Amino acid sequence: MKPFASLSKAMALGLLRDRASVFFILVFPLMFLALFGALFKDAGVSRATVVQVGAVEVLDEMPPKQRAALDDVLEIDRSGNRAEALEKVRDGDADAAVWEEPGGRVQMRVSAADPVQAGNVGGVLRSIVDRASIAATGQPPAYTLTGGQVEDESLEAIQYFTPGLLGWAVAMGGVFSAALGLVNWRKKRILRRLWLAPVRAGPVICARLGVNMLLAFAQTAIFLLVATVPYYGLRLTGDWWLVIPLVACGSLAFVSVGFAIGAWAKTEDAANGLAQIVVLPMAFLSGSFFPLDAAPPWVRSISEALPLKHLVQAMQDVLTRGGSWSDALPAMGIMLLTAAVFTALAHRLFRWDAT
Amino acid sequence: MTAAISARDLRKRYGDVHAVDGVSFEVRAGEFFGLLGPNGAGKTTTLEMVEGLRRPDEGRALLLGEPSWPRNPGLLRRVGVQLQASAFFEKLTAREQIRTFASLYGVADERADAMLAEVGLAEKAGTREDRLSGGQAQRLSIACALVHDPELVFLDEPTTGLDPQARRNLWDLLRGINAAGRTVVLTTHYMDEAEVLCDRVAVMDAGRILRVGPPAELAAELEADSLEDVFLQLTGREYRE
Ligand SMILES: Nc1ncnc2c1ncn2[C@@H]1O[C@H](COP(=O)(O)OP(=O)(O)O)[C@@H](O)[C@H]1O
Ligand SMILES: [Mg+2]
Repeated sequence: MKPFASLSKAMALGLLRDRASVFFILVFPLMFLALFGALFKDAGVSRATVVQVGAVEVLDEMPPKQRAALDDVLEIDRSGNRAEALEKVRDGDADAAVWEEPGGRVQMRVSAADPVQAGNVGGVLRSIVDRASIAATGQPPAYTLTGGQVEDESLEAIQYFTPGLLGWAVAMGGVFSAALGLVNWRKKRILRRLWLAPVRAGPVICARLGVNMLLAFAQTAIFLLVATVPYYGLRLTGDWWLVIPLVACGSLAFVSVGFAIGAWAKTEDAANGLAQIVVLPMAFLSGSFFPLDAAPPWVRSISEALPLKHLVQAMQDVLTRGGSWSDALPAMGIMLLTAAVFTALAHRLFRWDAT
Repeated sequence: MTAAISARDLRKRYGDVHAVDGVSFEVRAGEFFGLLGPNGAGKTTTLEMVEGLRRPDEGRALLLGEPSWPRNPGLLRRVGVQLQASAFFEKLTAREQIRTFASLYGVADERADAMLAEVGLAEKAGTREDRLSGGQAQRLSIACALVHDPELVFLDEPTTGLDPQARRNLWDLLRGINAAGRTVVLTTHYMDEAEVLCDRVAVMDAGRILRVGPPAELAAELEADSLEDVFLQLTGREYRE
């Protein structure tokens, strides 16, 4: 075997035979995916709750298909008592109460406590009433509006978590295995031993990178397989396979970060600590675990400066939002730049010996 | 014939410590040479400079006629080194270790397996590095240093920490290596070992070489009964860490 192949094999075996690192690098992120996917399964769309008092013709006479569509946005409870329904709205248990008065006048009461939701319910009910009125004239409607959401798929939690957690997994796998691997090889004097063998630095570094990329691809495959089972229901869009070059570039970038940490750290504990300090906050600030849309502007500007944020966003774009090359290329560029910067840093900090 | 090793005035300082303070010696091809000295004498540092693992502050070393610093891959193919602490890949078996090292020199797996058998580890081929006994680990480490059939072999305290049986066992192995025509340089702080194995020894202390010569000659010169007495006479009897 060539040095590259045999060193890759030595690294891969060393990693796979270490239960703790297999768990930490491969299983742990997957557990998060399984857990988050299940916990937030129905949290994507927040349905409004409406209490219907007595019979309301426009709702009751709805064709089944329209009714099913309505169920996606409104949960309609029934109540026989108007006072009780209003009380629910006042308490925040329901978003609106509706009843019908003689002459087809549909009455609605909302609470001012949640104006956004009140506006939503109002809009939906108004459109139902309008449509029913037009239908009652027997004329085709003069104007129609057809529409959908731009990001109609991405409302579901799994569409968000799959790329987010995958980005975190790639970053964690790269940083930790490169950092700890380097410190371990230094501590066990393998770096010294390699110096004494007629082998150049290239195959040694490429072996680490190659092993890590394979691991990241395996991780990606497992993530996509798990997320697309019907229970989680991930739906991939068009050029989702662009995730492969993205993962490769991400792996390169985070292995470089790991090399820099491993070059600096004297002990495995120090490497582990610094890797934690780097990876976890970066994952939070890159939107791996939750969206940052509501975060204050200064948080979002920090986030813009983090390579993982761009990787996660590009993976989201290509996996679940119909994105293509134009979304993937800038992120790949950022990953390669990150790799160049941290490889240079690792080169400066590199030491052969622990002492 | 060029000397296998020619070291000229090697010096290395670590802060205020003169780890090696002007060491010169020559080793002839085919010789079994010992560096003898108490802990901290500078044996490892000397060896590492000679091997080309560390850059000397001053002086230089020629191996097989070529300078060992800067790093010279062509020369590295002809030299085998066993480091003081064994350098093994974590979680790999004995066979996987030696095959990995063999590949770095372009040596085939079959040759690596044969080497493993030669040091008597054929039965331990599937055992992981951390489950080998001290003697087995040392033999594996030596096998890894010999797998590419080097002309010149460096062994840094190969028998330290071994039980008497394992030491004797290793001596036979080392004699065999030397008998096969290889030049062997070994460091040790065991007198009996140097006396039994080495053609010549250099007694070191505090970064300097105090005496060089065949063990019997040194004993005669200093009117001592054994190399042990020579050693104590040269390096003193006070307790060292
Ligand atoms: N990397 C190092 N940094 C600082 N001091 C060192 C280093 N290596 C060796 N020394 C010091 O140099 C001296 C010689 O050490 P060494 O060559 O290992 O001796 P020996 O192998 O004979 O036991 C000792 O005092 C040791 O503490
Ligand atoms: Mg030593």
